[in-house]
Amino acid sequence: MRAIEEDDRDVASFPGQRPPRASVGSHRIEEEIFGKAYDPKTVRRIWAFVRPYRLKIYLSVAAVLVFTATQLAIPLIIGRAIDSGMTQGGNSTNLLWAVATFAVVVVINYAASWIQESQVGQVAENVLFDMRRAMFAQLQRVSLSFMDKTEVGRLMSRLQGDVNSMQEFLETSVISVGDMVLLVGIVVVLLTLDFRLGLLTLSTMPILFIVRIFWLPPAKRAFWAAHETNSITAGAMAEGINGVRTVQNLDRQRVNFDLFDDKAYNNLLTQLTGSRFAQVMVPIVDSLTGIAMAIVVVVGGSLVLNGGLEIGVIVAFLFYIQRFFDPIRSLTMQYSIMQRAMTSGRRITEVLDIPASINDKPDAIALTRDMDGSVEFRDVVFGYSADRPVLKNVSFKVNPGETVALVGPTGSGKTSAMSLVHRFYEVQSGAVLVGGHDVRDVTQQSLGEQVAMVLQEPFLFTGSVFDNIRYNKASATREDVIAAAKAVGAHDFITRLPGGYDGMLEQRGSNLSLGQRQLLSFARALVADAKILVLDEATANIDSYTERQIQKALLTLLEGRTGMVIAHRLATIRGADRIIVLQNGELIETGNHDQLMEKGGLYAKLYNMNYASFDDIPDELVAQANARAAST
Amino acid sequence: MTTDKAGRVHSRGDARAHVAAAHAGKGRGPLTRIALYSLRHPWQAAAAIGATIIASVLQLLIPRLLGHAVDQAQGILDAGADGAEQALFWSAMTLLGVSVARGFFTLVQNYYSESVGHHVGYELRLAFYDKVQRLSYSYHDKVHTGDLITVGLLDLDGLRMFFATGLVRVVLLSVLIGVGAYMLLTTDIVLALLALSFVPFVAWRSSVAQLTLRATWLTLQQKLSALSRVMEENLGGIRVVRAFSGADFELAKFDHASKEALALAHERVHVRVRNTSFMTFSFFFAMGLVLWAGGNKVIAGEMSVGTLASFLTFMTILQMPVRQLGLMVNSFARASTCGDRFYAFLDQPLAISDAPGAPELKVTEGTLRFEDVRFSYEGATHPTLDGVSFEARAGQTIGIVGAPGSGKSTLAHLIPRFYDVSGGRITIDGQDVSKVSLQSLRRAVAVVQQDSFLFTTTIENNIAYGDPWAKETKIEKAAESAQLHNYIMGLPAGYDTVVGERGVSLSGGQRQRLSIARSLVLRPAVMVFDDSTAAIDAGTEHRIRSAIRRYASDRVTLVISHRLSSLLHADTILFLEGGQIVEQGSHEELLAQGGRYRALYDLQTRPTEDIEIGSAAQ
Ligand SMILES: Nc1ncnc2c1ncn2[C@@H]1O[C@H](COP(=O)(O)OP(=O)(O)OP(=O)(O)O)[C@@H](O)[C@H]1O
Ligand SMILES: Nc1ncnc2c1ncn2[C@@H]1O[C@H](COP(=O)(O)OP(=O)(O)OP(=O)(O)O)[C@@H](O)[C@H]1O
Ligand SMILES: [Mg+2]
Ligand SMILES: [Mg+2]
Repeated sequence: MRAIEEDDRDVASFPGQRPPRASVGSHRIEEEIFGKAYDPKTVRRIWAFVRPYRLKIYLSVAAVLVFTATQLAIPLIIGRAIDSGMTQGGNSTNLLWAVATFAVVVVINYAASWIQESQVGQVAENVLFDMRRAMFAQLQRVSLSFMDKTEVGRLMSRLQGDVNSMQEFLETSVISVGDMVLLVGIVVVLLTLDFRLGLLTLSTMPILFIVRIFWLPPAKRAFWAAHETNSITAGAMAEGINGVRTVQNLDRQRVNFDLFDDKAYNNLLTQLTGSRFAQVMVPIVDSLTGIAMAIVVVVGGSLVLNGGLEIGVIVAFLFYIQRFFDPIRSLTMQYSIMQRAMTSGRRITEVLDIPASINDKPDAIALTRDMDGSVEFRDVVFGYSADRPVLKNVSFKVNPGETVALVGPTGSGKTSAMSLVHRFYEVQSGAVLVGGHDVRDVTQQSLGEQVAMVLQEPFLFTGSVFDNIRYNKASATREDVIAAAKAVGAHDFITRLPGGYDGMLEQRGSNLSLGQRQLLSFARALVADAKILVLDEATANIDSYTERQIQKALLTLLEGRTGMVIAHRLATIRGADRIIVLQNGELIETGNHDQLMEKGGLYAKLYNMNYASFDDIPDELVAQANARAAST
Repeated sequence: MTTDKAGRVHSRGDARAHVAAAHAGKGRGPLTRIALYSLRHPWQAAAAIGATIIASVLQLLIPRLLGHAVDQAQGILDAGADGAEQALFWSAMTLLGVSVARGFFTLVQNYYSESVGHHVGYELRLAFYDKVQRLSYSYHDKVHTGDLITVGLLDLDGLRMFFATGLVRVVLLSVLIGVGAYMLLTTDIVLALLALSFVPFVAWRSSVAQLTLRATWLTLQQKLSALSRVMEENLGGIRVVRAFSGADFELAKFDHASKEALALAHERVHVRVRNTSFMTFSFFFAMGLVLWAGGNKVIAGEMSVGTLASFLTFMTILQMPVRQLGLMVNSFARASTCGDRFYAFLDQPLAISDAPGAPELKVTEGTLRFEDVRFSYEGATHPTLDGVSFEARAGQTIGIVGAPGSGKSTLAHLIPRFYDVSGGRITIDGQDVSKVSLQSLRRAVAVVQQDSFLFTTTIENNIAYGDPWAKETKIEKAAESAQLHNYIMGLPAGYDTVVGERGVSLSGGQRQRLSIARSLVLRPAVMVFDDSTAAIDAGTEHRIRSAIRRYASDRVTLVISHRLSSLLHADTILFLEGGQIVEQGSHEELLAQGGRYRALYDLQTRPTEDIEIGSAAQ
């Protein structure tokens, strides 16, 4: 009998508890969502996006004003109609005039509302797309060290969520201009209709402000919590989707469901609190409306009694009071939309302002196809953080047309070194030269065109095989693509795919085997037709036979080009002219295979472990290697 | 049961019940289904709807009261001041009381309808999450993660809000318009008909708009998905984009997708604006009619000014609901499109699930058998595995080699039933893997996957992912065996270091070792290493292998590798080609056979000689 020992995975044995080492989602608390409602710097930046459409904005503000004026005029006209001749046996010409005026005003109202809403709606959509494009374009330029630290989901939420709340703000802000005008207009109308009654009615206003002063701080906090827990839940959900294969593989569904439930339930509670705060204002505003109406009826009524007021004025007053609190209500709402928009605006500008820490110099030169193709590292020091160097004083030169191999234990800095050739990151000191030029002196565009890379982690796009291999090399023909696929031995399996070269790849190429993905990413680098080819473990997931075929094909393809090859399987690098051995960020030896074997250093040891004999590797050899590779 | 921060008791049983309930009603239309689902909170729904009715009746009372007050004032003017002040005072008080009551009931209405929405949202979210986790690999292979996220966020939101913005509004608007119509009709039939003349126009317009909006919503959503896919893949594949200087190319892709979406967004604005403007216009038109006809009536002495005033006030009160009609239409259109997609997702049959009453897998000897296993991916023209049979006993190591695409990973994925075999069967101690419960099966089988997915959390949590209850010592032991402990200890934050998304801040080999450590924490009966040392140098790999050997004595180990030195100690090596085992035996046996394996071996050991695998195989 075989017992599965210490399987403490069973959640059932810890009823209701959460495992100590588990979480879903990776949300870090963001900065305060409800910041200042007005931030001039952000506004200026946002305005820059609105500016191109300013004529439309002016037009719609004008339309809003007209619209508001008609809204104001309508009750006035009705009051007038009632007062002038609307008594038994009154004058029907007056009525006719009043109705005609009403009709004209309504038509204007219709036109104005149409213009305003459609213009604003369109501008808001345009601005949204412009902002998104600006951010997207900026993200194409920011340094990879920023991108490494930032999750895709986080950026996506800026490209989508934040941009959407800006849109909401733009759509409503023009309307709130109207609301403000309406409010002022109503105040003016009330005061001119009857000053005393107007003043009395407006005296209810301060109560609202006092209430708001007490309401605002806790309400803000509640809204913030609701927003925050919502994005936490969304983040956990996205993680669950992206990592679903691993979740199933490690049988984490139950634990994750419970953890997710915790977050979602917490979100439910905060949302409910938020609703409570939002809704509590409703009866307050309604009560104030009631008080104002009661005042008009009592005071207005007795004024009528004294003959100091016409009935029409009372009717108009009652109309306006009902209108009066609508704009207040929507302005209150607008206030929180504005706060949210300011925060979103700030986050959008943050993305736009991420320094593209790697920039072309103004006088940067463009590398061309006929540069010599040499690569040189001069005393390069590099680290992802300033205090932890990954490469320490590395110097070497790859001559034009040479193929050089980089080997070393895992984590020794091979991939990092190749990233520098492409200037993904800046060196801390020293210099990397390509074609005799410091990479900082050439344009990044031309560098990308002259250095083709097969990355350690193959990445494919959703789309056809053909589009993936060709990628951005628009000049590549179908023949070029097929030739590259043949060179890497991918042609056979591609033709067997449903659709062949036009067969569709799913997300990240998930309908291919990893080796096949690697072959396609290899073919993509060949089609790029660059002077320098960097292969980072390009054949790690490929069998030696296929690899050998590729190497043969490369012999002709690499004619006149420089190659840099990283590999763990030492057979992969047999064709290399020179081998550079990296360990722990330091270049410890270099030479060709025979020289290195003779030297008996790390390379010889690695090589021996791999191939010398298939017997157990003696422990002392392992110990030696251990001692040297202790920090990897 | 757990207690949350607010001190409330929240039962886990509920969570499961919500999930089950969300699946009910398959085959019904999405709107019916969500409406019925919302009624799972009968008290809150009843409170919301009851309060809506009361609030709208109160709202209708206000013009009555106002009209009354105006008439009173008129009366005062006509008849002198006898007791008039008293009467005015009382009508003012009633007005105030009604307003306060209306405010209160509106609060109840809004709060409870939002509350139903939040509860529904919470429950559907659970159901969604649960479904995502249950759907098999074959589903996730086909569906883009971005599209799933859209379903779980946007579509779910559209459904969640349907109760508040759709159903409650229907009640509100029917009461306002219905009761109001009744009150008016009983006051003055002609005037009332004029006042309500806008209703049929608005109803007609709304249904037209509803259809158009639905269609635009649907396509817009698709275009936006396409756009977000472009952005997401660009950011996910940023290294490729940079490596090929593909920024301009990517921007062109973005612009293409963006332009299409923008055009549709404009279209949607148009439809919406046309709709609301028209509604407002027809409303005012009706008001003009009332003014004209009512005015004439007053002049003719058939009606009091107060009655006319209440008519007009009634209409201003309707102005807001009429505007809301547009929103309601939008909400219906949105909920039905969102609902279609959300429920289509939820109703997805599970390709892989427990057979009813499936027993637990009982591991006794720990023998894994493949019996003539066949497998093809959906839509593939060729079978991926074509009659694979072998047996492995506890303590044995099986090596698997083969060209890319020969079916090695597929074979590994069939054991824990990530996919189901299309023919033959796989057994563990004689029990067919498709007949036992998934949970017990997946706990008995651990696969270190070829491309390792890491979570954005600490290294410690990543290692403990499969066993979050694991003790610290166990985690460290696993990290040591995977030769990662020293590296981790060298990091400033040690085991608490957070690894970036998908592990970007680690080197390829470190990522692989982390995912090996993750599986070493578990104690499975079958352990599969799918090419999981490809990015690890031979020295480190050797150390890992000797560390692992300590665990391997009572389990089956499958090692897939392109590096033959990794397979050296395997008891049996399977050579896969085109989904079939073409050679099988121990290292020595295969070498002696002089076939394909021998040729591969020669390629790796005598790199400088030219070896033709094709000829060797013949
Ligand atoms: N984006 C990054 N941010 C922070 N640290 C990183 C990042 N990429 C790599 N590192 C660290 O830098 C060191 C060198 O990594 P690199 O990827 O260059 O190694 P490598 O030699 O390519 O290893 P392997 O053979 O495993 O791929 C490692 O310790 C790794 O953890
Ligand atoms: N999800 C999928 N949908 C459709 N076809 C697939 C899917 N995954 C793999 N395939 C196809 O099935 C075949 C076998 O793939 P598999 O991943 O098993 O290969 P492998 O032997 O593991 O290769 P590698 O050495 O490259 O990892 C390949 O032709 C591949 O294109
Ligand atoms: Mg690397
Ligand atoms: Mg594979």
